[in-house]
Amino acid sequence: FAGGGVGGGNDFQWCFSQVKGAIDEDVAEADIISTVEFNYSGELLATGDKGGRVVIFQREQESKNRPLSRGEYNVYSTFQSHEPEFDYLKSLEIEEKINKIRWLPQQNAAHFLLSTNDKTIKLWKISERDKRAEGYNLKDEDGRLRDPFRITTLRVPVLMPMDLMVEASPRRIFANAHTYHINSISVNSDHETYLSADDLRINLWHLEITDRSFNIVDIKPANMEELTEVITAAECHPHQCNVFVYSSSKGTIRLCDMRAAALCDRHSKFFEEPEDPSSRSFFSEIISSISDVKFSHSGRYMMTRDYLSVKVWDLNMENRPVETYQVHEYLRSKLCSLYENDCIFDKFECCWNGSDSAIMTGSYNNFFRMFDRNTRRDITLEASRENSKPRAMLKPRKVCTGGKRKKDEISVDSLDFNKKILHTAWHPKENVIAVAATNNLYIFQDKIN
Amino acid sequence: MSACTLVSVSTVLGCHSCFRVDMFSKGTKRKFSDDGGEMSDESLGGANVSSSYNLQRQSLLDMSLIKLQLCHMLVEPNLCRSVLIANTVRQIQEEMTHDGSWQAVTEAFCNGSQSPSERLVATEVLCRSREQDAEPKLFSVISYEGCREEEVVADETLCSVSVSDAASNVCLSESVGHCWETGELRVVESDEETSEGSRLGPGDDDDDDEDDEDEDEVDEEEESSREDSKSMGQVFGTFEIKNGSSGPDSALEELFSDVDASYYDLDTMLTGIQSAPKMGPYDLLDSLAPSHGPPSLGSPSNCRSDLNELDHIMEIIVGS
Repeated sequence: FAGGGVGGGNDFQWCFSQVKGAIDEDVAEADIISTVEFNYSGELLATGDKGGRVVIFQREQESKNRPLSRGEYNVYSTFQSHEPEFDYLKSLEIEEKINKIRWLPQQNAAHFLLSTNDKTIKLWKISERDKRAEGYNLKDEDGRLRDPFRITTLRVPVLMPMDLMVEASPRRIFANAHTYHINSISVNSDHETYLSADDLRINLWHLEITDRSFNIVDIKPANMEELTEVITAAECHPHQCNVFVYSSSKGTIRLCDMRAAALCDRHSKFFEEPEDPSSRSFFSEIISSISDVKFSHSGRYMMTRDYLSVKVWDLNMENRPVETYQVHEYLRSKLCSLYENDCIFDKFECCWNGSDSAIMTGSYNNFFRMFDRNTRRDITLEASRENSKPRAMLKPRKVCTGGKRKKDEISVDSLDFNKKILHTAWHPKENVIAVAATNNLYIFQDKIN
Repeated sequence: MSACTLVSVSTVLGCHSCFRVDMFSKGTKRKFSDDGGEMSDESLGGANVSSSYNLQRQSLLDMSLIKLQLCHMLVEPNLCRSVLIANTVRQIQEEMTHDGSWQAVTEAFCNGSQSPSERLVATEVLCRSREQDAEPKLFSVISYEGCREEEVVADETLCSVSVSDAASNVCLSESVGHCWETGELRVVESDEETSEGSRLGPGDDDDDDEDDEDEDEVDEEEESSREDSKSMGQVFGTFEIKNGSSGPDSALEELFSDVDASYYDLDTMLTGIQSAPKMGPYDLLDSLAPSHGPPSLGSPSNCRSDLNELDHIMEIIVGS
């Protein structure tokens, strides 16, 4: 896709690679995947679920012996990141659901990631142990202490190989800084700080310091009765460590420069597309609410996802996006039903490919959509068990919006709104994508030529 | 729980295909004639397009209010979702205020020269004009249970207070009418007023309505946003950690109050979290329990004698 056409154009085809997760129809709530993220090299793929667990997959090295394995992802580490808590002050449960995972750039043999639920962010260290020291002087092989007076000789312990063990340990816990629900975390390009955003505030942390953070944005009104807008997502600029953006429930994005002031309540740039008066309805504001914002890898653009579309913005142009892609425009006439069943509040994420030439986002019925920014072509694919034969090519899907339904098309009324793809991730360098469909993780790769 | 309720709402309000979705999409304001009296005629007459739009808009309003109330008890509700729904409610209410349909609802509760029975009649007539679906009846039945005889009294101040107390977190606009209606019957019986006469129809009310209309309209528009924001605050107030005086008291009450389990079920289902700040779930139960006297008279937090009636209505609808 990065450089190729969409589904067939330039010899490019998406193929099924793997699916992780239970096959049962009965999905346990705790198994629902709530976040997916590749690390910087793409070697590791992390998922978080509603049960507070993190599962990390590692890509197998492609070996000459098994040329067809093509770098499969297998479980590398599983750990319980967050537990359910109870807020005694408000008599409310704090969910253990992992809202976001963000990897830190790798600096040594160990891997670090930040995971967060509604209230607490944790820094986890994932390290490998494949050697064990043997031949201690003061203890036996089974661990019992030896009597020092019985030792007649000294020896140097020797490192012996052992079965690989991957350990995850919490190194920092950043707690008690958010009154409202955390929706975003983002590691800064300085690799020392990161930001966390909740509905009304954004805090800046130092990775080493857990007992305090700087509040850099606060949109809480003095009188909560006047609250009409909340923060929905935030992200640090990929290269400029002083710049970050945050999006709102009114469809606006504010870019802030931390050099300007300690409290960035005044934005440096304000991005908003003027509303089309002809399409105004009672649902206009709700569908304009931005559910995700992502900078391009280049740092020149950013992408926002609202309920029906994805927009690409040039950071130098505030008054309108440079590109708009319709994800599922056929839902516009169904907004009332979608409001009734709460689907209109679903928060879809979006992502760039490594070269910023394509973008991807999810939809309903386990459909996900990709848009090629250069050729302007788009494709709809489905994550389903039916198309799960190894290396099976994915067939483009089409939703019939009215009139006669062609073969293989699916009508809008037949869409399953319980099968929503909210979380997708694109490998930073290759054409490998991870798509979370409820409790299953699908991995798709491009065809072997 | 909320899913079940929404399903029943949807069956009540009609299947989706019944919605004239283009009506909703356009969202253009229907200009009603200024005469408030015609308003009730139109909603009664109902055959035309604008009445259908009104019904749909009202359905959307009701749906939104249900959504605001049915917050999960255990987990803190999603603030973004609540804000968006509240903004939708505001939008609808603003539009209804501009085209006069909100007035018909609020005038039923207006201060001033109207006697309680006339006031009640206007509401009753308006409510009767709406489709009496199963779901609103359910709510009205519940609110009736909460609507105690001694609370619905001829004195308008007490009436307002009582309604905001007893039926507060439950009543939709229709069911408030039912609540009032029931109370009104008792008032009539006890006072032996010839409410039959004043119940002859909207005509009597209209004369009074028109006089107050012009003055009220401006005030109401100003007031509505303010009163809205107060009630919206009650929606969002729960998101605050309450450090004030209510904190330890309500916590203690929660720990030690004797609760009839059936009341608790009623309360958790209907009041959701919003009752937490000013009136904890157990406070509401106290006000419902027969062992307590007129519950709200002495309590300063519930005394609303000097508030505009719009505030009452918004509180009733959104939940105090």
